[in-house]
Amino acid sequence: MSETRVKAVDLQLDADVLVIGGGPAGTWAAITAASKGAKVVLVDKGYCGSSGATAPSGTGVWYIKPDAQLREEAKQSRFGLGGHLAENGWMDRVLDRTYENMNKIAEWGYPFPLDENGTQYRRGLQGPEYMKLMRKKALKSGVKILDHSPALELLADEHGVGGATGVRTQAGDTWTVRAGAVIIASGGCAFLSKALGCNVLTGDGYLLAAEAGAELSGMEFSNAYAISPTFSSVTKTAYYKYASFYYEDGSVVEGAGSQRGRSVIARNLLQGRQVYARLDQAPDDIQPLLRVGQTNFFLPFDRLGIDPFKDKFPVTLRLEGTVRGTGGIHIAGEHCATKVPGLYAAGDAATRELICGGFTGGGSHNAAWAMSSGSFAGEGAAAYAQNLGVKKEFRRLKGLSSSPLSAKAADQSAPRKTEEYVRSIQEEVMPYDRNLFRTEKGLDGSIERLDSIWNELRGKAVTLNSDGVKTREAAAMTATARWMYHSARVRTETRGMHKREDFPQLDNEQRYRLVSGGLDHVWVKTQEVQKEAVIN
Amino acid sequence: MIEIISESKCIECNQCVNVCPTNVFDRVENGIPLIARQSDCQTCFMCELYCPVDALYVAPDSEAVIHISEEEIEQQGLLGGYREKVGWGRGRTPVSSHEYMYQLSVKTRF
Repeated sequence: MSETRVKAVDLQLDADVLVIGGGPAGTWAAITAASKGAKVVLVDKGYCGSSGATAPSGTGVWYIKPDAQLREEAKQSRFGLGGHLAENGWMDRVLDRTYENMNKIAEWGYPFPLDENGTQYRRGLQGPEYMKLMRKKALKSGVKILDHSPALELLADEHGVGGATGVRTQAGDTWTVRAGAVIIASGGCAFLSKALGCNVLTGDGYLLAAEAGAELSGMEFSNAYAISPTFSSVTKTAYYKYASFYYEDGSVVEGAGSQRGRSVIARNLLQGRQVYARLDQAPDDIQPLLRVGQTNFFLPFDRLGIDPFKDKFPVTLRLEGTVRGTGGIHIAGEHCATKVPGLYAAGDAATRELICGGFTGGGSHNAAWAMSSGSFAGEGAAAYAQNLGVKKEFRRLKGLSSSPLSAKAADQSAPRKTEEYVRSIQEEVMPYDRNLFRTEKGLDGSIERLDSIWNELRGKAVTLNSDGVKTREAAAMTATARWMYHSARVRTETRGMHKREDFPQLDNEQRYRLVSGGLDHVWVKTQEVQKEAVIN
Repeated sequence: MIEIISESKCIECNQCVNVCPTNVFDRVENGIPLIARQSDCQTCFMCELYCPVDALYVAPDSEAVIHISEEEIEQQGLLGGYREKVGWGRGRTPVSSHEYMYQLSVKTRF
């Protein structure tokens, strides 16, 4: 692949709105912007329809009927777990919009199951079906989709962001899209941990946004780990609520569990003691339902001849970073605008703190956030682009990448070098005693090493091919890890998923957000949580 | 990781090349796709699901290549199993509308 040369004639497009990322948030953004009359281009690093964390999974959805009491209960349910950092107004808006959007999905033909009265039951989505439908709907709405087209840098002038450029890894050329507004919906960052569907999620959008001057928020809430069999990529932790956990000799691991007992599993694994699981608490009548509910959960077991209800199997904790964590690009307005004119963020790329605070359990809030923030951003970006008027025609846009893009081929050793950087970054963010259980000393050590990786990567030329994409991914993961750990260092307490071994208690004085940013010099500042949050 | 593209089954539609999120396959002129970057495979099973003729096999292990042969897979009846469960393909009903989806929600609040 490193031999791929840039062709003379590359792809150049004009649009009102460019969407980067084709998962649920990106497709909702694109479809919504198109419905407002905007001309939309959507680029995906992989394939819109199969890329990302949603496509291969089944997920619940935070779909609550507009009934005051039901809504109140829904908002309360995870407010405490999230460390009281969610906001009432945002939860209301997301509940409203999710309800509306799920009903639209039904109209578009999603095959929901029926309840005993023959009414569609709309509280869950199967990823393959959902994303196939979203792609179809986007195309039908007139959205131009570029698959296998990762973005390498944003383009901007003094008025703000005005497009992006990247490569087409299969066509072997480059693309440039000039757009009135850009929506980043490229997902979170799971650091190439092979958590299901997550290897395209390398924090690319965070880096793009930060290079344009946008801020991040809640990056300390970035240490989500999922239970998974050691021999598999399938990270569906919800089913482990039916699991018992055992040591090799068959004795029970006390306190281990899927909800609050994940730390116990981690501490055992840290001591080199393998933990085994068996879903032996699943009642007989539930077992066939579980098999249908998450078809891919059972796939690895079936293929290896293991019955997870009867056989013990070794488990590990796989990093899901900010994919299930709640940190991301800071949102500065109701339409998911960032503080940079023309730049919007949605889905896991944007902070999910507004509805989850510092913790998310299952996928239902995440799915709700993706479809709501995607459609908010789609509306905002379309209106912004349409109001630009003639200004749009005469923009002198410049690339914003912090490392220089280069049309020349890199030397032969570049891909191997990138792999080494990736392993070094993983060494800082994957170990449980660095990321899951944090200490000031540990964070300081990691920050120092990550700073030096950043300084090295900063000067590396980014070639215009798939090797260059990997170089940029490495830079994005390094930057992400630095915002994470700088934020984690400042939050000297334990709140949401953020755990400080040296500050194991929640500190009421620290009920604020941590906003971060910067590339060569990372900074962190506190910001008040909206006072309208009157939930006790 | 992706282990097998069955030469006897593959119809060279290149759908797997299109849908693979991590660009593992390469198109081949007048031939079946090549597994060109196996270590980039994230074991998401999407290629299997989109293959219209069940010609692909993804082994569950996401870290190591297991070198299973097409004969072994055939014998164990492993080809196409995931697509069948998801309910994709002619004459099948998508699992999304399965009555158990609703029953599971009612009984477990998943």
